[in-house]
Amino acid sequence: MSISNIIIRWRYRFIPDHLVGEILSKNWIDNVIPMLFLMAVIGVFGAAIPDFFSAGNIANLMRQWGEFSLVVLALTIVIVAGGIDLSVGSTFALGNIVALALLNVAEWSMPAVVVATLAIGATVGLVNGYLVGYLRLRAFLTTLVTLIIVRAIVDMLLLEYSIQIASGFIDSDAWYFLGEGYIFSMPFSVVVTVILALILHLVLSRTRAGWHILAIGGSRRSAHNIGIPVRRVICSTYIISGTLAALAGLLFASRLGGAGADTGIGLEITALTAAVIGGNSLGGGRGSAAKAIIGSITVVLMVNSLVRLGITSGANSLLLGFVLLLAVAIDIRWVKNRLKVLSNVYVSPTLAELPPAPATVAPSPYAVNDRLGTVEQIGLDEIDGPEDVILDDNDNIYAGDRTGNIIKFFAPDYKQREVYAHIGGRPLGMAFASDGSLVCCIGGMGLYRITAERKVEKLTDETKRSLFSVIDDSRLRLADDLDIAPDGRIFFSEATVRYEMHEWAVDCIESRGNGRIICFDPNTGETSTVLKNLVFPNGICMAHDGQSFLFAETWACRISRYYFDGPKAGTVEAVIPDLPGFPDNINRASDGTYWLAIIGVRTPTLDLALKMPGFRKRMARRIAPDEWLFPNINTGCIVRFDDQGTIIETLWDLGGKNHPMITSMREHKGHLYIGGIFSNRIGKLKLDGFDPHWTGQKSYWGRK
Amino acid sequence: MNLRLSQEQIVFGLAVMLCIGFAIALDGFLTTHNILNLVRSVSILGILGVAMGLVVIGRGIDLSLVAVMAISVAWSLQLAASGMPLLYALALGFLFSLVVGLINGFLIAYVEIPPIFATLAMGTLVYGFGRYFLFNLDVLYVPDDAEYMIWFGQGVLFGIPVPIFLFAAVCFGAYIFLRYTRYGRYLRAVGDNQLAARITGIPARPIVVMQYMLSSQIGFIAGIITAASVLSMNTRIANSTFIYDVILVVVLGGIGLSGGRGGIRNVIVGTLLIGILLNGMTIMDIQYTVQNVIKGVILLSAIVIDTILNPRDEQTAQQGDI
Repeated sequence: MSISNIIIRWRYRFIPDHLVGEILSKNWIDNVIPMLFLMAVIGVFGAAIPDFFSAGNIANLMRQWGEFSLVVLALTIVIVAGGIDLSVGSTFALGNIVALALLNVAEWSMPAVVVATLAIGATVGLVNGYLVGYLRLRAFLTTLVTLIIVRAIVDMLLLEYSIQIASGFIDSDAWYFLGEGYIFSMPFSVVVTVILALILHLVLSRTRAGWHILAIGGSRRSAHNIGIPVRRVICSTYIISGTLAALAGLLFASRLGGAGADTGIGLEITALTAAVIGGNSLGGGRGSAAKAIIGSITVVLMVNSLVRLGITSGANSLLLGFVLLLAVAIDIRWVKNRLKVLSNVYVSPTLAELPPAPATVAPSPYAVNDRLGTVEQIGLDEIDGPEDVILDDNDNIYAGDRTGNIIKFFAPDYKQREVYAHIGGRPLGMAFASDGSLVCCIGGMGLYRITAERKVEKLTDETKRSLFSVIDDSRLRLADDLDIAPDGRIFFSEATVRYEMHEWAVDCIESRGNGRIICFDPNTGETSTVLKNLVFPNGICMAHDGQSFLFAETWACRISRYYFDGPKAGTVEAVIPDLPGFPDNINRASDGTYWLAIIGVRTPTLDLALKMPGFRKRMARRIAPDEWLFPNINTGCIVRFDDQGTIIETLWDLGGKNHPMITSMREHKGHLYIGGIFSNRIGKLKLDGFDPHWTGQKSYWGRK
Repeated sequence: MNLRLSQEQIVFGLAVMLCIGFAIALDGFLTTHNILNLVRSVSILGILGVAMGLVVIGRGIDLSLVAVMAISVAWSLQLAASGMPLLYALALGFLFSLVVGLINGFLIAYVEIPPIFATLAMGTLVYGFGRYFLFNLDVLYVPDDAEYMIWFGQGVLFGIPVPIFLFAAVCFGAYIFLRYTRYGRYLRAVGDNQLAARITGIPARPIVVMQYMLSSQIGFIAGIITAASVLSMNTRIANSTFIYDVILVVVLGGIGLSGGRGGIRNVIVGTLLIGILLNGMTIMDIQYTVQNVIKGVILLSAIVIDTILNPRDEQTAQQGDI
């Protein structure tokens, strides 16, 4: 082997290319730019201002941040739902003056003042919400007008009460606690804000109400069409926003105790800046509490630091405007290009060196013949893509189809059929358990069971997440085939953790060990990963010895055996290392050997491409997926082999007319039943010289 | 019978009703002097409304309009005060406003920053730039020897104040531009549906840049009239809520913020309503803050009536339209 080969091999073994795409596909990556920007702000001002990190400065900043951040959170909720609330600044001022007036002039008790102030804020929000949500006015204009009206009301109140407020004295410790108190040495307002931010985060990410808000922001029309009460949800976002803004005003009132004419002027713009710098999209659908927090910290730091640096008001707004434009421009480009970059780099091929393909001409055991030419067709054009077929004790056939059903064909002539069970996901591999229930791998959903009473039950849809996984590999994306050990444990393969069901063929472009074999133990209900880093593990079949199973790795073109019990427990050994095609399901044969479906035959082009990951990477980046070099999955065959991996016979459909598309086969009473994931029929082939009474059920569970 | 009134007609009707009401209730409202005074007082607002209207028809919004107007004119005055001939100073100010418009348009058309945000930030930035680099005062005064400039603000022609003529001229120019020139039609097409306009071969992005340059140009004209009327330019206006009044004039008149709809007539109607309202309330000697509340409530009801008569359809509403 040449040096360059060795280098290439090591390069693909140790540089995890695929992580780039996985990191980019995470939701939290959205926060990276705002976060970096925040770091930059802290770095620059931390260096420029001598006592920037001093306790006094930080405490002072935190108080201001607490109130400001509440307003940003208020705005964020509305923005996420696709609206905008410009009246937050005025509502803030209203909350401030109402609280002070009630305390000083009306001399209400502190709790009553808090409740009344929040109620006033909620009322402003209700007006906005009613107008924007129910009457469907334009949010920008409407809140602009309420901004002016509320501001005018504040001015009127100021004229009336400002002297009384300034001369009044409030005798309430609880009141001062709001503005100056500490909880666990954190300012009260900060504690309130953090708690509210946490609640907002949980609501937006974990609850139905939050999902409704995000859905409306993402697409108001679609949200309306799927029955989300759009108007009510929008209205409530404004109510929350008004309440939070008034709460911020209340805290401000308690901290400063004065009502000035300029309270809250321009606050809506600063808050909007913070929300957008944090990465919340104007127009809705993309936003979170974390983004609001990041943005508000950034803005508070910037504004305060500029003041502390003694920069004149002109330079202050110059810098603020400039930084703002820069941050937004970067964010806009990021949002626009992230998915483009992601789609370019997600597919990350790796080196896959297949052993030379054996010949398919005599005297090779794989020599082409026409033994499938006589296959009978069952349910022609009545079933769409039976990936696997299985027969019960009464010779009825069960097969999954593309529309998420399991179809039952009735013996003896299989003319009549019915939907045995509707699952919803794509049924792939199937097996009968000892109690007669049908266990089935459902692509995209996990492992399911259809009981003898035709009840669909979920067995498992998750396994333990591996320690350093970037993408969440606890969910089962593509459970493919299963088999059941004598003690009832179910071993099933998950073909890939990086692609969804409909993209399964793309995994071949990568040919990395993305798959795994998982064990579900019905006795304990636990799911655990048995083998990792397999190259598209597909068919699984319990060996006749009862302590190991055979499994096929499709893109690696090999069959291996894994011992789960007995002296060799935990070891893997190769059975057939070099197949001429891509193996799919494996099933037992009546004479102690195994049937193997080959979904398609290898081609020299693809074999070569697999040795050239750089070529496949360029292909994935530069040309449309329709034009990619995919494996041949339309011309397959059936192979019979024994425990040692010796090939006994091969069955081909030479003309490709009768049954070329093969993903599974099942021997039953002297016949072979053949399924294919892209096929429109089930094949039935008479086998000569095989036990005419043998069934899979008997072989597994010894019944009848 | 078709009862569907457009927002323009509603607002116009409201204006007429207010006018009649004031005429009956208030002495001295329906005098020539007062009417001229009324129109004169809103002509600057109207000119800015035309500038904003053009941008809004192009599916944008220009929140930096007032700031650019204030800073560019103030800079001209500063230059003139420091000895430069007034004409050169004004030319430089005009150039400045054009450059700002160009940058606005570039940020919106090419960098794809939402117009609300780009112009909002630009307003702050321009104000800061002016205050830091160009001059140090809040208020800049018009030089005494600038008679012909002052004439723009205070002159009278055929018994009618010059600002009214200028308002009419700007409206007429914008009307001709929108209606009869190729680029005016492109502007409307881009505002109606930018993607479709682009597909038909209209240079959509340059048109967007053009609309912001246009608006800052017209804003500069409004700025000169402002300065000439009161013999000074107060740059604090950049931070006031004046820009919101401009938007309200435009939207109240019936130019939809989603772009492509409306024309100059809408701006005139919107300006008239605001003018009549302010004038009437001033005659009635209503307190300024109360005026604001009344103004706000009337604006709100205009929008509500429009929405009730012309409801937005969930199925056709454009996503991301705020």
